[in-house]
Amino acid sequence: MSQNKSATAYDLECQNINKDFDGFKAVDDVSFGVPAGTFFSILGPSGCGKTTLLRMIAGFQEPSSGDLLIKGKSMIGVQPNKRPVSMVFQHLALFPMMDIAANVGFGLRQRGVPREDIAKRVETVLERVGLPGVGSRQINQLSGGQKQRVAIARCMVLEPDVLLLDEPLGALDLKLREHMKIELKKLQSEFGTTFVYITHDQSEALVMSDQIAVMNHGKFEQVGTARELYHTPNTAFVAGFVGEANKYEATVDAAFGDAVTLVTPEGMELKGISPVSKLEKGDKAHVFVRPEAVRLATEADKFGGIENLNTGIVENILFNGANSHIILREEKSGGEMNVAIPQTGEFRDLNKGDKIFIGWEAEQTRCYRAEG
Amino acid sequence: MTQAQSRLGLYLLMAPLMLWLLLLIIIPHIGMFLVSISVKTGVRQYVTGFGNYMVFFTEPLYWNTFARTAFMSIAATFLTLLIGFPVAYYIAKLTRGRTKTTLFLMCLIPFWVSELVRTFGWMILLRETGIFSSFLQYIGVHSGPVEFLYNDAAIMIGLVYTSMLFMVVPLVTTLDSLDDSLIEAGYDLGGNGISILREIIIPHAMPGIVSGCIVVFMLSLGNYLTPILLGGKDSLWFTGLIYSQFITRFNWELGSAFGFLLLGLSSTIVWVGLKLSRQSLTDTVGR
Repeated sequence: MSQNKSATAYDLECQNINKDFDGFKAVDDVSFGVPAGTFFSILGPSGCGKTTLLRMIAGFQEPSSGDLLIKGKSMIGVQPNKRPVSMVFQHLALFPMMDIAANVGFGLRQRGVPREDIAKRVETVLERVGLPGVGSRQINQLSGGQKQRVAIARCMVLEPDVLLLDEPLGALDLKLREHMKIELKKLQSEFGTTFVYITHDQSEALVMSDQIAVMNHGKFEQVGTARELYHTPNTAFVAGFVGEANKYEATVDAAFGDAVTLVTPEGMELKGISPVSKLEKGDKAHVFVRPEAVRLATEADKFGGIENLNTGIVENILFNGANSHIILREEKSGGEMNVAIPQTGEFRDLNKGDKIFIGWEAEQTRCYRAEG
Repeated sequence: MTQAQSRLGLYLLMAPLMLWLLLLIIIPHIGMFLVSISVKTGVRQYVTGFGNYMVFFTEPLYWNTFARTAFMSIAATFLTLLIGFPVAYYIAKLTRGRTKTTLFLMCLIPFWVSELVRTFGWMILLRETGIFSSFLQYIGVHSGPVEFLYNDAAIMIGLVYTSMLFMVVPLVTTLDSLDDSLIEAGYDLGGNGISILREIIIPHAMPGIVSGCIVVFMLSLGNYLTPILLGGKDSLWFTGLIYSQFITRFNWELGSAFGFLLLGLSSTIVWVGLKLSRQSLTDTVGR
């Protein structure tokens, strides 16, 4: 891995890409590399610049500065129809004036591939996406998931070096979206093509990707695997955006190395760690505690020597099957906390107004310096 | 509300349309047809027959004019499409917001003045003592005055100019509804400008193209003012022939027959056009 980590080991590489729109920096000095055959996601809220970045990779927009390499070759000044990338558009952009075979064969026709070869390759790729024999049908005769697969087939038939996907699951209903997530991941590993996927939906990114870049205000906040982003977020934005979290504004009361003790304005005491920023007494910090990191117990001594131990009153129960939560109010300070209910049946009979012990580790209480 | 009442309501709502169709379209055409099949044998003596239609086929001037009108109208339609398509594409796809509205309005502005005034405007430009002629003399290209009027090119200019809006409006509407991402997808998949125009833009715009062409063709075929004013006495436009039968020669029978022939001609050409472009009337004009 270490010796062939040259520029060509990446299918797609961005070096200090910038994009200005009349003084507004849509993409701000972004650099990253996508290794061949991996699923790379760019995750960010709407307006963070991820679509602009993708459109620059596809060639619809030129970066203001920086370089963009595909298989080691610079793509600056190369027209979109000459780039070895294909894009699955947000609303798929299937051509309604053509049948499915003509849609999938469009790119091959542009390359001047002989007619019989086109027919053969179209049928092969349709089989690979699990839609054999649909070639003569019209676009509007397909379901949402089938259209999705035709859109992917239309790109994959050209054997691109990189496939770009612009939130293609956004328009589908929830059930189908869950299904397509798995399907997409499967197709990616079958084709072995590099996928670059942009989305604002964290679960899409977490489930499918090998690597995820979290983007905010035109910058990459953190690049890592789904687990890294979830368990060890580097910035307050990533901690808040990836997964769920109870978020507190607190003032540092004491600090020893990584370990910090903080107090919220309501007076709730929190013991946590500050992995990135060095915090001093009196500093303001953002504190994140994941609902699923908080343990519940009916007796205080069940926790052992846990750092954060409080009692709470159940204020509300948000029942959502396996993903149920309770809203607690901490007894001493009145601070609110969202806690996931363990699915062991132990807390099945929990009611509004019940008093319960809550405990979580300092390791699970991540603190980041508050700006300004 | 009872069934009978709701039906009465429907009839009342339909009444103006039905009256309009009956009084202004159906009855006059029945009348015209009856006049066209009455052949005059003497003073106030008529027999029923197709003699008037036979006159048309036996007199070369009549059917020559007829064919010429049809051909010129088709040519004008194509020319309007050729000029109107880039204009419409520019307005629909390459401009936004205020610019778009302004350009659209600029297409409309010539229609605020009457057709007569507009045609006179062209005459001022093209006549012997007009602006073009004077300019050519001024820069020394031509020594004497040049007459641009009273030829087929002048008629063509007038027809294209008069019809432009009716081509641009349906084209802008259909091109507006073309999703930009389809064009981008075309480029992304390796297409170039020509193949995207041929495979994506034109197929999408086909209903608008056909609907614009039908309207422009009908307007050109039935135009009287522009060919007569810009083409002069020798313009040989079929509507001019009908006019002269009715007004100059008081031969209503032949005029009516000519009217029906023109109706048949326009219907046939529109039908052929629809068949060739594989469109239907409901998809295009009926939208």
